[in-house]
Amino acid sequence: MEKFTVHQGVAAPMLQINIDTDAIIPSREMKLVSKQGLGEGLFAGWRYTLPNGREPNEDFVLNQAQYKNSSILLAGDNFGCGSSREHAVWALKEYGIKAIIAPGFGSIFYHNCIRNGILPVVLGNDEVLALANHVEKDPQTCQVNINLLECYVCAYNTDHQSTELEATDSVNETLRFSFSILPAQQEMLLEGLDGIALTLKSKSNIASFKQAYQRQYPWLA
Amino acid sequence: MDKTLFEKIWQHHLVQELDDGAALIYIDRVFLHERTGSIALKSLEADKRKVVSPEHVFCTMDHIVDTVIGRGDNTKVPSGKNFILATRDACIDARIKLFDVNDPQQGIVHVVSPELGIVQPGATLVCPDSHTCSQGALGALAWGIGSSEAEHALATKTLRVSKPKTMKVNFNGQLGFGVTAKDMILHLIGKYSAAGGAGYVIEFGGTAVDALDIEGRLTLCNMAVEFSAFTGLVAPDDKAIAYLKGREYTPKGALWQQAVAFWQSLYSDEHAQFDKTIEIDCADISPTITWGNSPQHACAVDSVVPFAPADATQNQLQALNRAYEYMDLPAGSALKGLPIGAAFIGSCTNSRISDLRLAAKVLKGRKVAENVNAICVPGSTTVKRQAEAEGLDKIFIAAGFEWREAGCSMCFFAGGESFGYRQRVVTSTNRNFESRQGPETRSHLASPATVAACAIAGCIADVREYL
Repeated sequence: MEKFTVHQGVAAPMLQINIDTDAIIPSREMKLVSKQGLGEGLFAGWRYTLPNGREPNEDFVLNQAQYKNSSILLAGDNFGCGSSREHAVWALKEYGIKAIIAPGFGSIFYHNCIRNGILPVVLGNDEVLALANHVEKDPQTCQVNINLLECYVCAYNTDHQSTELEATDSVNETLRFSFSILPAQQEMLLEGLDGIALTLKSKSNIASFKQAYQRQYPWLA
Repeated sequence: MDKTLFEKIWQHHLVQELDDGAALIYIDRVFLHERTGSIALKSLEADKRKVVSPEHVFCTMDHIVDTVIGRGDNTKVPSGKNFILATRDACIDARIKLFDVNDPQQGIVHVVSPELGIVQPGATLVCPDSHTCSQGALGALAWGIGSSEAEHALATKTLRVSKPKTMKVNFNGQLGFGVTAKDMILHLIGKYSAAGGAGYVIEFGGTAVDALDIEGRLTLCNMAVEFSAFTGLVAPDDKAIAYLKGREYTPKGALWQQAVAFWQSLYSDEHAQFDKTIEIDCADISPTITWGNSPQHACAVDSVVPFAPADATQNQLQALNRAYEYMDLPAGSALKGLPIGAAFIGSCTNSRISDLRLAAKVLKGRKVAENVNAICVPGSTTVKRQAEAEGLDKIFIAAGFEWREAGCSMCFFAGGESFGYRQRVVTSTNRNFESRQGPETRSHLASPATVAACAIAGCIADVREYL
């Protein structure tokens, strides 16, 4: 899995609350028995003028020129609620989304992000709004920078760019927010770990647990 | 120290605490279906990994399979057949028990698993389907996961889980006339929002939950995910034990006695601490229906579309305005009397025999209104046959309902059947998301009894006038 350490890019605001995984990828767009080929179906219901059509709806944020190459979403609370379909995350990934910043996430969606190298960042509602206000001034230059090593998000202006990412601190000190993430999930993303490979290191523990468990609960064996 | 029911089940399944703060949790059962299970099995095979305990893995055809009478592997969902064939092959290769298209035990995963006794009290069960929380109704720790986590559970018999917080929701008092488990859960989500349960495992209790039968509890727990909970569960009681007795996959003989003795220890101790508690007075719950595009847009059927609260944030206002616009229902509109184009009874929420019996009670001797497309899809082939043995199918058909084969069917639109552009549907399902049941369909969630009443009236109706 791809590692996530630091990322900076264009951020698109989609601040409506409760954006569900049906909206992220409608079921009708999940055509293949595959994790690939889903990027085109991302937000299909909003992104195109007609269901099953491919003519871009110019009103939709990701279709607007100023949000070209967005790699970060600034979202409302409970983003990714609803269906467990991991296709939502595969579609976001294929489209080029690296991180999503929201006041809260659907629980299954959150875990699906971690499993696929997308960083879900939980910030306060006002903090997400502040970032959206920053971005809206000029999305291509008023970007967002996310640092998973030190767990902070900050506004970043490419106009005043210095070659050192650290210099972002001085660019817009007021728009720097720290976030928290469980160490397990931080490590998984930073190292690009494969959960199964990691767990298989505990294979003998699992085997001995299973033996004892089956003795105690034989009807489940 | 006194423990919650969740804490007990968690401890029983804790293989080890991991260095990174998560826990390795032992998984008793995995259930798959053809939509996401096929991808998980295929991906596992591509990575040259094996299903470690295929005897503990089950799979059903429910999401994509057609529900029209006389169905086969061909589907109205474009390319749907590929999912069916891939799933069948993968199950054969992995030696997984499959409830195939025409198997007499086929049906929706969360209907089949309880009715066959695959889910059991105190067990852990996962499925790449968000409504797996339904199965907590039998006192199991059952939750929905993604495909990658399904692969993890299949390959290791464990999952890496961060421990959720605990919440108790007590439904106190008695349910009023015409009020069902569906109304209880819609009321809860309406009152505390679709994000109200985020981060929590929720134990449902109180006198009204004690009084529910198992099928009602399955409905209640089913929508825990619409409350954004990690999952929901109910402590197993004598009703749960009686429900499970004699079912195909439950233990028999001495093992049954041993299991029952253990199940009776599964409850939250008297002084167990929950991180949060919500008390609901059932006297406040009316037959409930949703008016908007989120399950939190729920209100009493005899009330009006609510106005935005004075303290609404900008995001909340934006969401409300979108919902008014999408549903073509301005704030203040009365729900009762609103004309509908379709009525749907089915889904893992409300398609069990008790749901069909109650709907049939409303439909008996009545006719579906003209211009209402009314469809009933039993949750499993077992439910369908039971209903037919009781003559319920005849009541549905005589009233003007279409009577179908079992499956998820039109709970969601996958490119096949839909209710049509901007059609207004009253539905016993769990999600009223935009375009969930077809391009720009306007879905109103309600109990199957309310759906039946609306089908007869041709508009949103109060079921109490039909019982």
